[in-house]
Amino acid sequence: MSGDFVRRLPGGGPSFRNHRGEFTWFNLDPWLMLILLSIVSFGLVVLHSASDGNWVVVEAQLVRLGLGFGLMVMIAQIPPYFLLRAAPLLYGLGLILLLLIYPFGTEVNGSRRWLRVPGVVNFQPSELMKLFLPMVLAWYFHDRHLPPGLKPVVVSCLLLLLPAGLIIVQPDLGTGLMIATSGFLVLILAGLPWRYMLRGSALVLASAPALWFVIKDYQRGRILTMFDPERDPLGAGWNIIQSKIAIGSGGFSGKGLLNGTQSHLDFLPESSTDFIIAVLAEELGFLGVVSLLVLYGLFILRGLMMSLNAQDTFGRLLCGSITFTFSVYVFVNIGMVSGILPVVGVPLPLVSYGGTALLTLFAGFGLMMSIHSHRRITLL
Amino acid sequence: MREALALKDHRSESQIYVERAATGAGVVLVLFSLLIFRVGYLQSVQYSDSVARSEKNRVQVVARPPVRGLILDRQGVLLAENRPSRNLEVIPEQIVNMQDTLLDLASVLEMSEAETARFRRLSGRTTRRFESAPVLFDLSDEQVARFEANRFRFPGISVQAKLVRNYPQGALMAHAVGSVRRINDQDTVSLNATAYASTDHIGKLGVERFYETELLGQVGYDRVEVNARGRMMRVLDGVKPINGQNLSLYLDAGLQAAADRALDGRRGAVVAIDPKTGGILTLLSRPAYDPNLFVQGISHRNYNALRTSIDAPLFNRAIQGQYQPGSTLKPFIGLIALGSSTITVSDSIEDPGWYQLPGNERLYRDWNWTKTNDGGHGHVNIEKALYRSCNVYFYDLAVRLGIDRLSQDLKQFGFGQVSVLDLPDADAGLLPSRAWKRASRNLPWYPGDTVNLGIGHGDILVTPLQMASAVAALANRGRWVAPRMAQNQPLEALARAQPSGAGQLPEHVWAPIIGGMEKVVHRGNQVYGENGTAWSYIGRDIEYRMAGKSGTAQVVAIEQGEVYEAAMIEERKRKHAWFIAFAPIEDPKIALAVLLENGGGGSEYAAPVAREIIDYYLLEGAGRQVPNVEMVSRQ
Repeated sequence: MSGDFVRRLPGGGPSFRNHRGEFTWFNLDPWLMLILLSIVSFGLVVLHSASDGNWVVVEAQLVRLGLGFGLMVMIAQIPPYFLLRAAPLLYGLGLILLLLIYPFGTEVNGSRRWLRVPGVVNFQPSELMKLFLPMVLAWYFHDRHLPPGLKPVVVSCLLLLLPAGLIIVQPDLGTGLMIATSGFLVLILAGLPWRYMLRGSALVLASAPALWFVIKDYQRGRILTMFDPERDPLGAGWNIIQSKIAIGSGGFSGKGLLNGTQSHLDFLPESSTDFIIAVLAEELGFLGVVSLLVLYGLFILRGLMMSLNAQDTFGRLLCGSITFTFSVYVFVNIGMVSGILPVVGVPLPLVSYGGTALLTLFAGFGLMMSIHSHRRITLL
Repeated sequence: MREALALKDHRSESQIYVERAATGAGVVLVLFSLLIFRVGYLQSVQYSDSVARSEKNRVQVVARPPVRGLILDRQGVLLAENRPSRNLEVIPEQIVNMQDTLLDLASVLEMSEAETARFRRLSGRTTRRFESAPVLFDLSDEQVARFEANRFRFPGISVQAKLVRNYPQGALMAHAVGSVRRINDQDTVSLNATAYASTDHIGKLGVERFYETELLGQVGYDRVEVNARGRMMRVLDGVKPINGQNLSLYLDAGLQAAADRALDGRRGAVVAIDPKTGGILTLLSRPAYDPNLFVQGISHRNYNALRTSIDAPLFNRAIQGQYQPGSTLKPFIGLIALGSSTITVSDSIEDPGWYQLPGNERLYRDWNWTKTNDGGHGHVNIEKALYRSCNVYFYDLAVRLGIDRLSQDLKQFGFGQVSVLDLPDADAGLLPSRAWKRASRNLPWYPGDTVNLGIGHGDILVTPLQMASAVAALANRGRWVAPRMAQNQPLEALARAQPSGAGQLPEHVWAPIIGGMEKVVHRGNQVYGENGTAWSYIGRDIEYRMAGKSGTAQVVAIEQGEVYEAAMIEERKRKHAWFIAFAPIEDPKIALAVLLENGGGGSEYAAPVAREIIDYYLLEGAGRQVPNVEMVSRQ
């Protein structure tokens, strides 16, 4: 708590740094950093084991983490005011890139997700949208009366569905849904009236039977497999059966690091990427899983505190939606690996081995840090 | 902007946000609890089940086959050994496209059409995941090299070295030792799958079959850790296999070879027995086949050639060939007559050259009737009846003894039953009796049947092995020894009802019988019609005392119904030649029976074979030490 009660109207004019007697370093929140470093360290230990003690993998992940931290620090220096101004432009850019995929995208495994500028860069525009969409929605609600009326809800839904739809038809249902979710979270945090939500949910439920026939065979298969993995134990059900065995055989305290047979003998697929929580559960047991979830919980708690401290609608909504999106990633990943959700390609945040998704996460944390450090009042 | 600003109510806005964030936090708490509950459920309720399943994933039990016991002759000569064979094995699960793989492989290894078909057939035979099936056997060095060079093209296929049976003596020992065959689908049903895990062969014939359990040994296993692709990572623990016992036979490979030389390519059988032990020294049946052909699976063409050959090489004449004994039965009938005091040594008859049953017009002629047309053997007692092989004497004797006593007492020499301890395929022959004839033909026993039996003709059938066993009892003056192949096997395990032998017969009955048989070989330089029947063929220069008896058996039927050349059929209508013998008389070391199919006269053709074999055993083989064969262990 800061002593001087200087009250400023939020939203107008450039923000400026405020020294509040609280430790900050390059606009980084020390608590969030601490939790972040704990999760990342824990993740590296698990990754080391998941990759059969292969230090090359660990080093590569360290390099990515370094890049991620760098990106986070850079973004944290940008005042929220600029972020607010840039949001619609970035959103527009993201949409253009998504559209560019159609003429210029590279097809991998039957879907176009990548844009390739030879020799320069190779990336998925959908990764950018993971941040640009919450930003544009937060911008949209920033100077509107909240809770929103029907018209802003409709407009924001369009803003949301446009990129989500483009991604779903790539096709990349998983990412499309995750992006729609992150946008939707902004809407909820902005005060979307419950009655709209009820109606929307009812609509989705009513159209669920129709959706069943719209989605592709392999997607239907994944849903069926979730309910009964044994229907194709060597094919579609293999991953989930093996990951459940891995988790279950870990017991209370696990088999010990590097001793998990399911992962080290390759019964567990994707053991260092999407299914890494199964390695953790097998080798460190229930204690390991709970520890990680506690760390995630602390992270979310801190993220929420930061959002509550934010001094304008834009910052609040952006910070809150990034935090909740993060928790959705955690839930979807662990839910999928433990067999209560269908298999979708969602990595475990900060722990799974992998590139772009990690950078996007850190960029998001950078946004949170920027919002948190460029303010004048501390409420919490 | 201005309007919007005016409308914004920051207080209520942040109020809404706090509410929503709190709700969200609650939802996150619920969701995380759900995850913890789910993981906790898997790790507690499902714990033991998961541990079991992960162990089942990880640990595979790999059978380690025992090394099959060797088979050795009495000198330690290898009759059956194990040689390494490089086989091509395939793990069907690891092959993406069997058809393409097979085409590729066929061109790399230059596989024949038959091999390709066999590959296809065998590759479907595995019973568990990631188990490999052998599909091509005995790859040449070149094939192995070609495969290894192209190995990257064939995931799931590998060259594996295995031990397989080898019979270094080839056809010579085929009928004596038997052979193993590749285990097939029918075997799999009846076999103990554990005992034969990873063992590909099973004894199918002869000693290999009888001593299967001992030769097989006990399977061991390794518990190995495998990865998801079935690749072995390390051995956890296991039990070593116990290799099969080596089997020492009484067989004498040198003697067997000598017998083979003596047969000189003729069809027939030789069985020689050591009268002291009952050990079978020689068990030869010719023609034979190379048992190595069967080990890895014989081709249909080769098998059909063997199966349909008029010479029947697959047929084991020594233990399954059933022939009339002809005159070789006479010493035994003489023994029965003397033993029952039906005759005495001095009793004699006047042989006119023919015999007639009372009240019957049929003449039963002696064998020299057609040859010399000068009547019979004249004044004949039991000894002369043997060395001249007088038929009339034995016609008369058989009738006096009667069928009931004959069929009863011939049993004690093992006729009509299987007495060999460890040859599972031996046949029992046929010892006729009233009851048998009634049961099998629904006919009464005619006196004429008894007359025929007196000279070993008619219904009676014996195998060369039975004949040799009976001769061994004769050499032992009645003491029966159970014929057997293996030396180092306990007798009680081989229980089989044995004939009584004739040890109860008084001392005095043996002299005229053995004396008569001695004269068959040694009585010579007499006036015409007084020499032993075999003397002129084998007795002139013999260095030891041999007791023998020739025989000539009628051909019962031409085997099979196939169309053969007339000349061949003519040849196959000729009589079978027998010669039985033991030597030396004073201390018999070998008793044998020689049979030449369609060989002609017993003394002229079979006796020299017997002499050559016994010569080898007593003279060339004399002084040979019979080593006590220790277990030769070969890994």
